[in-house]
Amino acid sequence: MEASSATKRALGASSVPWSEARRSRMPWDAAYRYLLGTFALFVFVVAALIVYECARGASPAVLAYGWRFLLNTDWDPVAEHFGALPYMFGTAMSSGLALIFAVPLGLGTAVFLAELAPKRVGTVVAFVIELLASIPSIVYGIWGFFVLAPFLRSAVEPWLGTHLGFIPLFQGFPFGIGMLNAGIVLAIMILPTIVSLTRELLLATPRSLLEASLALGSTRAEAIAIVLDSARPGILGAIILALGRALGETMAVTMVIGNTNRISASLFAPGATMSSVIANELTEATSALHQGSLVEIALVLFLLTLLVNAAGRLLVLWATGGRRDVAGAV
Amino acid sequence: MSPERSDLPGGLSSWRRTMNVVALAGAWLCAAIVILPLALIVWHLLARGVPGLNLAFFTHMPKPVGESGGGMANAIVGTLILVAIGAVIAVPIGVGAGVWLAEYGRGRFAAMVRYTADVLAGVPSIVVGVVAYGLVVVPMHRFSAMAGGVALSILMLPTIVRATEEVVLLVPRSYREAALALGAPRWRAIQEIVIPSASAGIVTAIVLAIARAAGETAPLLFTALNNRFWSLRLDQPMASLPAFIYDYAKAPYEDWNRQAWTAALTLLFVVAILSGILRLSLRRSHGGR
Repeated sequence: MEASSATKRALGASSVPWSEARRSRMPWDAAYRYLLGTFALFVFVVAALIVYECARGASPAVLAYGWRFLLNTDWDPVAEHFGALPYMFGTAMSSGLALIFAVPLGLGTAVFLAELAPKRVGTVVAFVIELLASIPSIVYGIWGFFVLAPFLRSAVEPWLGTHLGFIPLFQGFPFGIGMLNAGIVLAIMILPTIVSLTRELLLATPRSLLEASLALGSTRAEAIAIVLDSARPGILGAIILALGRALGETMAVTMVIGNTNRISASLFAPGATMSSVIANELTEATSALHQGSLVEIALVLFLLTLLVNAAGRLLVLWATGGRRDVAGAV
Repeated sequence: MSPERSDLPGGLSSWRRTMNVVALAGAWLCAAIVILPLALIVWHLLARGVPGLNLAFFTHMPKPVGESGGGMANAIVGTLILVAIGAVIAVPIGVGAGVWLAEYGRGRFAAMVRYTADVLAGVPSIVVGVVAYGLVVVPMHRFSAMAGGVALSILMLPTIVRATEEVVLLVPRSYREAALALGAPRWRAIQEIVIPSASAGIVTAIVLAIARAAGETAPLLFTALNNRFWSLRLDQPMASLPAFIYDYAKAPYEDWNRQAWTAALTLLFVVAILSGILRLSLRRSHGGR
């Protein structure tokens, strides 16, 4: 059922299960249609409100700084100097770190689920990953703060510091709270997106590809590599969608990143992201410029996630031939 | 011509055989590592949350700073109220828009609505909070439960719209044709045949959206804020479980930290279990994999 309606839509056929013959013969029909159409219009209105409200709120900062806002590094509410660069750096670094952890693990797990897992094991693993997706952000935050941070502080970071301390990434005091912690927590949070989308993509590739490869004498792993290769654009889309989720993530990151306005090369150092600074300061911002700067950060974040999500969604849609049940699974 | 590999006739080279085993073992290992965090999170939530789990936690009010004990009755009720406000706003709009997309949704406008819903689903929740702050809190000059509800409704909307469209499209075409053949106008066919047939799926979609919204913290920080006292007024700040977890986890009191764990356990139980079961049942009813 799902597949057939998706195919119909993909072929450009009408997905609307009505003939047009009866259209507008009954006045109530038109009224009902417009009533429902109004609700659909509301979806637009909400989106427009978000854009309008962000743009309006950000205007003091935009007028005061222009593009320099994105390059300034100081953030001083008392002297009223504001710049977003440290927060953009923090967002980029924590999200990038999350991708480094999550992409290999996610792809491996997706391969396992799609190609290797015995049926019962696969069902259990898939269920657990669905559960991971539904855990509230704040629960990840409290876990990262009380459990992961002490572990990193006492075990992982000192070890990395002694053995790999010649690389700037692993220098500095092991706080436990900081970029590394945020990267790990974010990685756990975006794993479900990568795993479930990639798994769908792998299952959607023609079996003949795998079988042909095996028939030519490939090992199992080589045949799977062929399948992975053919799904590459979609997988890239899945990774980009996961990045979109990591960029906007707030509570968990706010609790584990340390919230200092600093750009540091070290993974151990505390930092701040665009979302964490908004969460920390918006209720306390008194001046119009401070508030405007925070809303401008929200605006930039919004546009950034918009761009990233649009790119990812297009890739996944294109790779699956318009199956919205895959592309919408985020 | 490439130099000949040292493949022995009648077998794979040992290199390829080793790589095969390594790669497949790697995939198994990845799956095991991915399961690990969930196991750890659930374990720690149980280990640290269960000791604080008692009747007082659910029925008592928070104690003043410095006194131990007390509970989060107001936060539990507050979360329910906030989610209810969000649902009251988002459900009619979302279901209406979803049904419209499924039944009439063709052409450029429908494509744009679909795309907008997809975009809305990707908006970070903190941005939604900023918007609700600007739209409701600033004009009202105070933090309020209403503002929190508005923020949650924006977060619920895209889930409800898209899931409703999906389940309404699953209603067989023959149902509609039968209704029309019996002389029902189209709107009655939709209202009395199509929507009731899809109602189980629609309810699932709504509960899924509610479960997700109940765990949201970021948009509540500067809309509903938090409240240590009992309040049912919609124009006043309102307590919520996520906000309490955040405040209590940051606090330097051992007792508060313990209560934060218990609250997190409660939240996880409600949100994850609910939506986990629903996702499974949704998938089964779709007849998918």
